[in-house]
Amino acid sequence: MKLYEYEAKTILTKYKIPVPQGGIATTSAQAKEVASKLTPPYAVKAQVLVAGRGKAGGILFANTPLEAEIVANKILGMEIKGTKVHSVWVEEKINVKKELYFGITTDRSRRCYVAIASSAGGMDIEEVASTAPEKIVRYFIDPVFGFHTYNARSLAKKLGYAGSQMQDLANIFCQLYTAAMDYDAELMEMNPLVETAEGRFAAADARLIIDDNALFRHSEYKERQTAEETELSPQEIKAQKSDLAYVKLNGNIGIIGNGAGLVMATLDAVQLYGGRPANFLDAGGGASPEQMAAALDIVLSDPNVGVVFINILGGITRCDDVAKGILEAKQRVGFTKPIVIRLVGTNEEEGRRMLTAQGIHVLNSMEEAAAEAVEIAKTRGGSN
Amino acid sequence: MGVIVNSQTKAIVWGITGTQGRFHTKLMLEYGTKIVAGVTPGKGGTFMEGVSVYDTGEEALQRHEANAAIVFVPAPFAADAAQEAIETGLKTVVIITEHVPVKDSIQVMARAKRDKVTIIGPNTPGIITPEMCKLGIMPAHIFRKGIVGIASRSGTLTYEIAAGLTALGLGQSTCIGLGGDPIVGLSFVDVLKMFAKDKQTKAVALIGEIGGNAEEQAAEYISQEDYPKPVVAFIAGRTAPPGKRMGHAGAIIMGKAGTAESKIEAFKAVGVAVADRPRDVAKLLEERLQKKMR
Repeated sequence: MKLYEYEAKTILTKYKIPVPQGGIATTSAQAKEVASKLTPPYAVKAQVLVAGRGKAGGILFANTPLEAEIVANKILGMEIKGTKVHSVWVEEKINVKKELYFGITTDRSRRCYVAIASSAGGMDIEEVASTAPEKIVRYFIDPVFGFHTYNARSLAKKLGYAGSQMQDLANIFCQLYTAAMDYDAELMEMNPLVETAEGRFAAADARLIIDDNALFRHSEYKERQTAEETELSPQEIKAQKSDLAYVKLNGNIGIIGNGAGLVMATLDAVQLYGGRPANFLDAGGGASPEQMAAALDIVLSDPNVGVVFINILGGITRCDDVAKGILEAKQRVGFTKPIVIRLVGTNEEEGRRMLTAQGIHVLNSMEEAAAEAVEIAKTRGGSN
Repeated sequence: MGVIVNSQTKAIVWGITGTQGRFHTKLMLEYGTKIVAGVTPGKGGTFMEGVSVYDTGEEALQRHEANAAIVFVPAPFAADAAQEAIETGLKTVVIITEHVPVKDSIQVMARAKRDKVTIIGPNTPGIITPEMCKLGIMPAHIFRKGIVGIASRSGTLTYEIAAGLTALGLGQSTCIGLGGDPIVGLSFVDVLKMFAKDKQTKAVALIGEIGGNAEEQAAEYISQEDYPKPVVAFIAGRTAPPGKRMGHAGAIIMGKAGTAESKIEAFKAVGVAVADRPRDVAKLLEERLQKKMR
């Protein structure tokens, strides 16, 4: 789960990492009020979860509270990469001498956390990583021993700092590591971490992505996630409520499967036969009848869908449960569109029997079923 | 022979009294897997599917001889169960549970490395050496004893491909679900090393997906070692749009790194055949086995 900048900065403050003084505003009048309590000039920043807001005009500067009100008005109601801006963070603009980068994330192949630091922080850090990799320094953190001040000092030294600046920076690095661990961060970064003209350091921007699987340890954010459902499409809201992984795509063939790999391979197969998938929907390893019914409901309610292709290979999912779900959905919402079903695996005989008894045709091969779905989509079209 | 699990494997089931634990304990026993005990805190002294249940791993090990564990415990407690299994002295630990927090997984992997324990998963269908031992949740009837070793990052897709092999008369030596999470116990390279040494395994199928660089590393290893057995790969997620999460925590693409193209290119560059469709894996393996080529 991605956190907003202001949420991440609130956490940094809790861990005594310096951030510019600021406050949150949902109206331009509020922005003015926040600014009047701060020292000018100000930075007014759109609070959105998509990256690249700076380049999209989501960060503006102001010299007076009135100007802050005007620019806040511009930003509020703006759309950045499809997301509406509902709030702005107004903060004291820092006097930047140099932009650094520091972040903590996981390293898959080493199976550990890694601290990443660079003296070339800012908007183009990803480009730096590919064009000037020597400007990025890493420390792989032993899970047993953790990240110590001497590790942090060594990173600060490699960024070119000595004396008290090196110590200050090392403290910030250590604090960020502690915060990242406490909040189950998939990624926690300060970019830029700014060296000010006075030689101090402050996190001008902060990003925190909490591991979704650890949200049960951070209930305060889990609640907010549900509160923000208004941002999502009706299909996405439903998917989230039913614990289904759903991604909307541009085609007209609705896809339901179990297991991310199989669903991805199903999309690939449909494309290979000349069809276009309308979505990705993974009903999960242990899909219950209720989840199956919810999945069908979601896909059928997408107006772009002309045909639904259900591809189930039962392992932990039992085919009789899947059949139960399909029949439940049929009863509840009716089959408003043609459905192609491929069902094999655990308890497949029972699942097949249940569906065939209701006159539903079940196929054996994924490729055969994909081809059939593409054929139906061609003749029926759908609205796309 | 097969790798990791065989007729000598004696397993303890963590979470044996839960719905999934119970259901799959029954199926594993039916398959002939030696399930010697179960652990569910608070349910010690009871029986499940004829298997004795204990409160702790320590108690189970006092009464039974065992060398493996399979974990069905819910995500918030799964790492605790795996840690217990490792400390009890079991050398193979299969973690079926999905949605285990990454921080917990990292701790489990660190201890496993220290104690030389093989972890399979989390978020895996498990491991099967057909007609001998199944430590997992895969539908057993799909698999036949044979000569192809399979390593996969995806559960259901493994069944899809194994079924294709079986239909063509190609059995399997051992099928390993590496797990769909970003942090898992075994990599493709680890498994390739095991299959290289295994006499029963004559060819290897690698089933990858977008995200991470485990496939690229496998390709590099195959080329460096001049891998002695034919390898065929399938990569899921060719049509996945960048930046979208496709279910698995592992299956995220960011920029170019970790895309299906990058993985397919890496394999093709070192002579590994990449199947366009899951069903083509079997045909490609058969061709390579006949010509004795990579």
